[in-house]
Amino acid sequence: MSQESLVEIRDLNFTYDSRPVLTGINMTIPRGKVVAVMGISGCGKTTTLRLIGGQLKPTSGTVRVGGQVVHELDADGLYALRRRMGMLFQFGALFTDMSVYDNIAFQMREHTDLPEALIHDLVLMKLHAVGLRGAHRLMPAELSGGMARRVALARAIALDPMLMMYDEPFAGLDPISLAIVGELIRKLNDALGASSIVVTHDVQESLKIVDYVYFVSEGKIVAEGTAEDMKNSKVPYVHQFVWGESDGPVPFQYPSRPYGEELMQSGAHGG
Amino acid sequence: MRALRDLGQRVTARIWRLGYASRFFLAILMYSGTSLRRLHLTIREIYFTGVLSLIIILVSGLFVGMVLGLQGYDTLARYGSTEALGVLVSLSLVRELGPVVAALLFASRAGSAITAEIGMMKATEQLSAMEMMAVDPISRVVAPRFWGGVISMPLLAALFSAMGIFGGYLVGVQLIGVDEGSFWSQMQASVDFREDILNGVIKSFVFGIIVSWVAVFEGYDAEPTAEGVSGATTRTVVTSSLAILAADFILTAFMFTGT
Repeated sequence: MSQESLVEIRDLNFTYDSRPVLTGINMTIPRGKVVAVMGISGCGKTTTLRLIGGQLKPTSGTVRVGGQVVHELDADGLYALRRRMGMLFQFGALFTDMSVYDNIAFQMREHTDLPEALIHDLVLMKLHAVGLRGAHRLMPAELSGGMARRVALARAIALDPMLMMYDEPFAGLDPISLAIVGELIRKLNDALGASSIVVTHDVQESLKIVDYVYFVSEGKIVAEGTAEDMKNSKVPYVHQFVWGESDGPVPFQYPSRPYGEELMQSGAHGG
Repeated sequence: MRALRDLGQRVTARIWRLGYASRFFLAILMYSGTSLRRLHLTIREIYFTGVLSLIIILVSGLFVGMVLGLQGYDTLARYGSTEALGVLVSLSLVRELGPVVAALLFASRAGSAITAEIGMMKATEQLSAMEMMAVDPISRVVAPRFWGGVISMPLLAALFSAMGIFGGYLVGVQLIGVDEGSFWSQMQASVDFREDILNGVIKSFVFGIIVSWVAVFEGYDAEPTAEGVSGATTRTVVTSSLAILAADFILTAFMFTGT
């Protein structure tokens, strides 16, 4: 494994209920870089994150994080590795029975013996980084979607992870929140000296902040390169995706019988 | 043939689920260390499941005792032994109604709430988030709720019985006019600590395990959708109520035969 890469995925296959979800995936996440994994919903992006985090085991192939093969780790080893990872879930996944402050203090209290005074300072520092220091007393139900995502981001960086994983960080955000979250992903990655994987289908926002892009379609990598490469790509799938065309390799129609045939049959039934 | 195959599939699925629930129960016991070391987690759950169930338990206990007082008096009057009303009310409550009715109420009030809470935590990825933070949800979320329920149940059943006896006293002594001295003294002479009270406590402890186990399992196993959580909540109430009644019969058969 290269010293330069934090995550290396080799010949990864994942099958769910005998349905192939990922086939022959090879990816490298270099240290200090922000890498996007893009594709339409259901193409296997989130599954890739779950395999990196050890929440799923590959059918074949390997996922190495920091030199360790994730699926070969025992429970203690996996938990030790996860302490060095941070993950932002699609809708934040904040603990709804805890305040913003307690959400961010959660990992510090679970994994360290830090005195409460120091935890207080650290929590406010993390919240300050995402611009929500003044919201530390609020409950998750009192936050807007964008604020909840930023609190979840502050929680994910609570223990200064080496690897940050973002699952659809831009989904459902207004344009201002979207820009703020995008900017934070880049800034926090650089400030922490971490590596980041951003799973997203938001092309415009993510291409502004990432160093490298993998395009996934039907469980396979169909293109990869820098943001500029993707914008100029001639690969039909990538072109359709980046420029938001309604028809192309990804059809507008859900697979079905020919329309004429269907009309004839319903006419016959109708009488 | 197809009906037979479907039946076989359903039976196999039920047995598989029972096996899964049993392994889940063992996992709760194995990962209970945190609940005991960090008692505040369990105490918080005792508050949510036990203290917040107090109103329904106390009010129901009072009314059940009052009804027992009325019905008991009516029956005993036919045999001219109304002074035994205290014995009838207290034994009915301590041996049977206290543990069983309190457990049924507990299943609908607290059991369903536990299932809904854990189910919603799963549906909103809070449990996955916890796993990704290297915190085991069984140890941090499930076990404290399980032990909170197990500890609360006998206490609630005892309070239910106490309120019931008070209800019986109100109706029998204060309203109908049964002799107060015989009401209390016969009760004191006839209720045995080991045979009656201790067995009642054992019953409510077992019911506490059943309700809490079913509630946390159904929540943890719920399909992560609104419909899935709703179905799991219903299953908690139905399954734990049936299990309580079945376990009550088995425990009663072992405890009280031959006395």
